[in-house]
Amino acid sequence: MSLARTPAALDALRRQVRLIETADAAARTVLPFGVPQIDERLPGGGLAIGALHEVAGGADGALHAATPARFAAGILARAPGPVLWCLRQRDLFAPALAQVGLPPARVIFAEAGDEAGVLACMEEGLRWPGLAGVVGEVGKLSMTASRRLQLAAEKSGQMAIAIRRWRRVADAADLGQPTAAATRWRVSALPSSPLPTAGVGRPRWFLELFRCRAGEAFDLEIEACDAKGHLRLPAPLADRPAASRPGQGRAAA
Amino acid sequence: MTPRVISVFLPRWPTDRLRRGQGKAAPPPETPVVMVGRVGRRRAIAHLNFAAAQAGLRIGQAVAHATALVPGLLLHDLDVDGDQAALHRLALWAQKLYSPTVAPDGADGLVIDATGCAHLFGGEEKMAIAIRERLSKVGLTATVAIADSWGGAHALARFSRRAIFVATPGTTGREISLLPAAALRLPADLVEGLGRLGFDTIGELEATPKGPLVHRLGAEPVLRLDQAFGRKAEPIEPVMAAETLHVRKIFAEPIGAPETMARYLTQLTQALCAVLEEAGLGAKRLDAWFHRVDNRIEMARIGLASPSRNAKRLAKLLCEKLETVDPGFGVEKIVLAAPGAERLVYKQAKALEADQAVDLSGLIDTLSNRLGPEHVYRLASAESDLPERSVRLAPPLDAPESFSWPADWPRPTRFFPRPEPIDTVALLPDAPPAAFTWRGTRHRVRCADGPERVFGEWWKADAELARSRDYFQVEDDSGERFWIFRDGDGEDAQTGTQRWFMAGVFG
Repeated sequence: MSLARTPAALDALRRQVRLIETADAAARTVLPFGVPQIDERLPGGGLAIGALHEVAGGADGALHAATPARFAAGILARAPGPVLWCLRQRDLFAPALAQVGLPPARVIFAEAGDEAGVLACMEEGLRWPGLAGVVGEVGKLSMTASRRLQLAAEKSGQMAIAIRRWRRVADAADLGQPTAAATRWRVSALPSSPLPTAGVGRPRWFLELFRCRAGEAFDLEIEACDAKGHLRLPAPLADRPAASRPGQGRAAA
Repeated sequence: MTPRVISVFLPRWPTDRLRRGQGKAAPPPETPVVMVGRVGRRRAIAHLNFAAAQAGLRIGQAVAHATALVPGLLLHDLDVDGDQAALHRLALWAQKLYSPTVAPDGADGLVIDATGCAHLFGGEEKMAIAIRERLSKVGLTATVAIADSWGGAHALARFSRRAIFVATPGTTGREISLLPAAALRLPADLVEGLGRLGFDTIGELEATPKGPLVHRLGAEPVLRLDQAFGRKAEPIEPVMAAETLHVRKIFAEPIGAPETMARYLTQLTQALCAVLEEAGLGAKRLDAWFHRVDNRIEMARIGLASPSRNAKRLAKLLCEKLETVDPGFGVEKIVLAAPGAERLVYKQAKALEADQAVDLSGLIDTLSNRLGPEHVYRLASAESDLPERSVRLAPPLDAPESFSWPADWPRPTRFFPRPEPIDTVALLPDAPPAAFTWRGTRHRVRCADGPERVFGEWWKADAELARSRDYFQVEDDSGERFWIFRDGDGEDAQTGTQRWFMAGVFG
């Protein structure tokens, strides 16, 4: 009886709720890392695609932001489509990007004069569908700016990665300020995995997720991304093949 | 913004043009050449090249006299219309390179509005030098002056006796005051009249009361004086190629509000796109000229990565540029042109293919117009073993298919194009340093990989013949990894300075 008298308003409300739910589901598509120890702890089992993520380097990494750049490149290497990389100074080395799975055919660079310009370019890039993601190198990231990026990313379903990069190490305290990013990471270098011979092993990172919307913070040691952008848990030394990497003493022409 | 104007004087324009036209058949430059025109019924020298001037000839001399004086003198008929048409083409060429607002200046020069353009060339001085060198490369003798007014720059380019003259803003009046009155772009009889009255220099003319002057010689000398001193605006009506598609709108009441300008600009864009569609073309560039009531012309320009006639997109890009346009007391005319429009080819949509390439031209257009086209790019590989030469910029729309960077040699995420010297404690010639100090911080090397020896490229420079560098990947105690190199092989002084440098930081 009551069913028959269902008001139209209630129907409309149901439609609205359904819309919200589907929109939410769309935003919740994820890009898994392929490392269960990380994916299990992230909501949805991976890095949310239509969202803003923030990556910073530890210690001196706050200045040249090399580890965060490699981390971001590794993530986007595993997503299909071109990447827009917004920067302020031209010191990103393209051969290194190619070595973690982002060949030159996939990256477009936009060089803005200042940080406001970088943020504006990121937002513009997020508005154009079809990109794998947009990376921007910024020092300051205000709540307003990050919210704008987050909304733009949600709307177009593209991943936005803000690499935090400061001019002075002291400025890195800015990382304590809240932003609207879905996840906030810090990647610091660790001494590499030891090799049976002399030489530098596969780089290792101390990966900290210190903020995650609808998730828990955690940290772990991990081996840096490989030629296809995959991370890997450090294997026990015994499992390592004797010559996983050529050692010292090579000379190239 | 104070206006800045470049005047380019081509003192040998007719003979230079003749030489250019003759190509390989041209006589050697030391051959005297004169262009012959008519003064009344007499055939007289209208123009001559440097060699002819050196031989003692001058403009206005009778041809019969000249041939008697200089044996082997080459005579050509002066082609006034041809020269003017070629100057028009030269202006169009300069428009592409230097500034949207370029016009022929008299019969032997160009005038370029350089307001807000010079920074693209690294300053006014550099821009003037660049223009002069570029012209000299195509065989044109030129002198270049930059000043606050067209009249001032015109006078300085022709009478300052310097190849490059940059009058710092605000000093134009002072700089031209010693120049002869003939520098004021006045007809010959007026200059003669001024001379009879005892006025030799612009400064003297400027110092005299204007009333009697106007009474005696008419308004023109005073007008030219006011223009040269920047008291009276003189708009530069830019050249436009005859085939350039354009639309215009003239307003009965001048407009000035940003939203009004944006509205009319959008309408004009739609109209232009209709014209483009009819012609089957797409715009590669749009120039909008805003004619202000105070006789100045402001302009906005957008460039496009690929030809387009999408009115909505073009209007959006143009309106973004509007903030750089100062309407002053109002704009009474807007001209919108699409120079160099190209045939528009639609690509077949491949919606069903899985690996459909994304069309990014819209994004690239927006970004390049905002940041400047040189700031949106791809990086492609160049054939070189030297790391700093192995990367080149590529246009954003043509994605490089392949690259030639080494896959097995590690490359740092951040690379310093200018390597920074580091202090090292190094052991053997072939070994990496045990410790080094970079930017005031000491790093102890925990482990290292290398050397990767890179040899100099002797085909680029002789000095590189014997050079080599040894690159090492080193890791310090905290796990940070750096790319360092030694300039030289560690033994032979010929190969380099044997000093150590920081080349990059790994992630």
